[in-house]
Amino acid sequence: MTDARTEVLSRVGAALGRPGSGTTPAGKVGAAPRDVVVPRGYRAAGEHVAGSPEVLEQLVDRLVDYKAHVQQVAEADLPATVARLVRGLSAGRAVVVAPHGIDPGWLAGLGDEVAVREDSPASPLPATELDAVDAVLTAARVACSETGTIVLDGQPDQGRRAISLVPDVHVCVVRTAQVVQTVPEAVRLLGAHPERPLTWISGPSATSDIELDRVEGVHGPRTLHVLLVG
Amino acid sequence: MSRTFLGLPRRLSRPDDGAPPAGADGSSEQPFGPVPHPQAPLRWGDAFPVAAHRTLQDAQLRRNLGHATQVIRAKRAAVVDEVPDWEALRDAGSALKERVMAELPELLQRLEENVTARGGVVHWARDAAEANRIVTEIARAKGADEVVKVKSMATQEIGLNEHLAAEGIAAIETDLAELIVQLADDMPSHILVPAIHRNRTEIRDIFLARMGDAPPDLSDVPRELAMAARAHLRRKFLSAKVAVSGANFGVASTGTLAVVESEGNGRMCLTLPETLVTVMGIEKLVPDFEDLEVFMQLLPRSSTGERMNPYTSLWTGVTPGDGPSEFHLVLLDNGRTDVLADEVGRAALHCIRCSACLNVCPVYERVGGHAYGSVYPGPIGAILTPQLTASTGGVSGHGDVNAALPYASTLCGACYEVCPVKIDIPSILVDLRAREVDADRSRNGVDPWAAAMKAASWVMSDGGRFGLAGRAATLAHGLGGRDGVISVAPPPASAWTRTRDLPAPPSQTFRQWWAKEHETPRTPEEER
Repeated sequence: MTDARTEVLSRVGAALGRPGSGTTPAGKVGAAPRDVVVPRGYRAAGEHVAGSPEVLEQLVDRLVDYKAHVQQVAEADLPATVARLVRGLSAGRAVVVAPHGIDPGWLAGLGDEVAVREDSPASPLPATELDAVDAVLTAARVACSETGTIVLDGQPDQGRRAISLVPDVHVCVVRTAQVVQTVPEAVRLLGAHPERPLTWISGPSATSDIELDRVEGVHGPRTLHVLLVG
Repeated sequence: MSRTFLGLPRRLSRPDDGAPPAGADGSSEQPFGPVPHPQAPLRWGDAFPVAAHRTLQDAQLRRNLGHATQVIRAKRAAVVDEVPDWEALRDAGSALKERVMAELPELLQRLEENVTARGGVVHWARDAAEANRIVTEIARAKGADEVVKVKSMATQEIGLNEHLAAEGIAAIETDLAELIVQLADDMPSHILVPAIHRNRTEIRDIFLARMGDAPPDLSDVPRELAMAARAHLRRKFLSAKVAVSGANFGVASTGTLAVVESEGNGRMCLTLPETLVTVMGIEKLVPDFEDLEVFMQLLPRSSTGERMNPYTSLWTGVTPGDGPSEFHLVLLDNGRTDVLADEVGRAALHCIRCSACLNVCPVYERVGGHAYGSVYPGPIGAILTPQLTASTGGVSGHGDVNAALPYASTLCGACYEVCPVKIDIPSILVDLRAREVDADRSRNGVDPWAAAMKAASWVMSDGGRFGLAGRAATLAHGLGGRDGVISVAPPPASAWTRTRDLPAPPSQTFRQWWAKEHETPRTPEEER
């Protein structure tokens, strides 16, 4: 008996009419397909440059539409903004998770009222602990304004996928220069490192499974704060 | 007719379905069925005409579906309209998928190479049984008696949950709609929204009766229902050792896999357990990473009518320190090579499972997904299901329930218009119908169609005979009801009226009418 791999590949060959391939399970041999040229007439980039006011305005519009919270923040005000968002999350001392490679300046405003838990691939926090923290703070790799999408690629300032997933509040810092207009611009940027684990986030988690009525906040973070810096 | 909870018609078991599960008989007083799960997820229940007739009598189902499909059609239309290069994206998507099919052997091997190079294990499965066995063995090896699942059509198609259950492993569906279907012991009725046939009140009742930990004062507000599901599944996510998923795309040139979702249950399953098993049909490839720029624009807008779905996960093999430490990819044939062998029908494999064709289909909207007797309902199901089951008679198989599916369409063409990868579903339907007719012609000793045509030709070749035949036809006028249609005709016309109405012939022929109109007043001139 041939192994499954050989047999499936031989069936595929038969289906495409390649010589010496036997038949498919239904006993068929297909005709050879024609050569295909893929037309790439779609937009490879938008009309606005990355980080331009038009692109930022569109990103904000889309994110708000998804019920995410968005603020444009000056670099100098970022620590205070992060602190204000996180502090209010707990009656007692709020706990925030941060990946090991995050800009320490972003955490500088937190003070004693907030406990910071560092997470890294070398010393990962267990999922049950992540479930108990109040928020997570991460950077991002790229954002796409037309679709309101932010992409994380697991680098040290964004951390393991689990940390931006289990906590109920995600505070994500996006630099304005990282905001491109179209999906192709974002994908080509990500294509430099396709092997990195990627998480595309477009608003907080949501479901439309009940009468196609959209409900924001299911298993992923129910609240998404996007801080646009730059 | 015995009816189960909430008026869902019970699936009638077919001889080849095997014994229904214990308790299936006389269980109509049980709250949710059970609706026995078919042994063949691509061939269950009655043939479409009979099944559709039954589901059409369910007013609640029609109301639920009518509302849901109307909402989703409007959302899709709005977000598609704002994309200036939508048609160019469709052209690219269509050509990319055609290229994938043409180069499938090379692309599959490239995907395998890249997944393996990044620490993944690739398995090949000829059919459902082999795929189920592979997943079971992996779960066993991990000592898991429970696996969490991301919504996946491929695992629906192979009946993985039922197989795992028989092996003592509980498969927990974590997508909200799949959870609803699973708790109700029901079958999915839509590719994207499997519980589209249920309304909020029905879902509340299902949760209260079956979830176990649903709050007793649960209301039917969608937000509350979603929160109940979140609480119910949280513990499962945090403790699961093995997850099973499907894949929306597999990138051959990099070995990257993609799962597109909304709720975060996918991310939970793909990230938290130590072991991840992904079951993917061999047709779900794209050649290069950059090709995702096409499909990630086409899919979300076509399926949920969103500019982008809330979450998309892409992973390549194993990433040390981030996510599962063990990754298995099961490449599934299960009839796909039979589809690929068909020059016309192979385009059905281009499908990216967006379900836009279901939402616009006037037939689907009225009969619902269960009438199709397959996990793939609607227009795409009508061309995919018969072809996937070709080796067991699905295409033009005499008496095979799936051979009726190509007729489950009005050929209005709406499905082709919305398809993001431009699958010409109407043409494939017509092709499959033609094959059914051809097969019937060669099968029967006497071809009633040919005999009728020969008789008609004899009648029509002579004016006298034609007039006589016309007068004879008016005798059937009395068979028509007050609405002027014949619903039940005597044989051989009963072959027609079994599944459709026949307009009653008028009380007089055109010749009779003409003669009558012109006979009075007669002039002496005419008398001559």
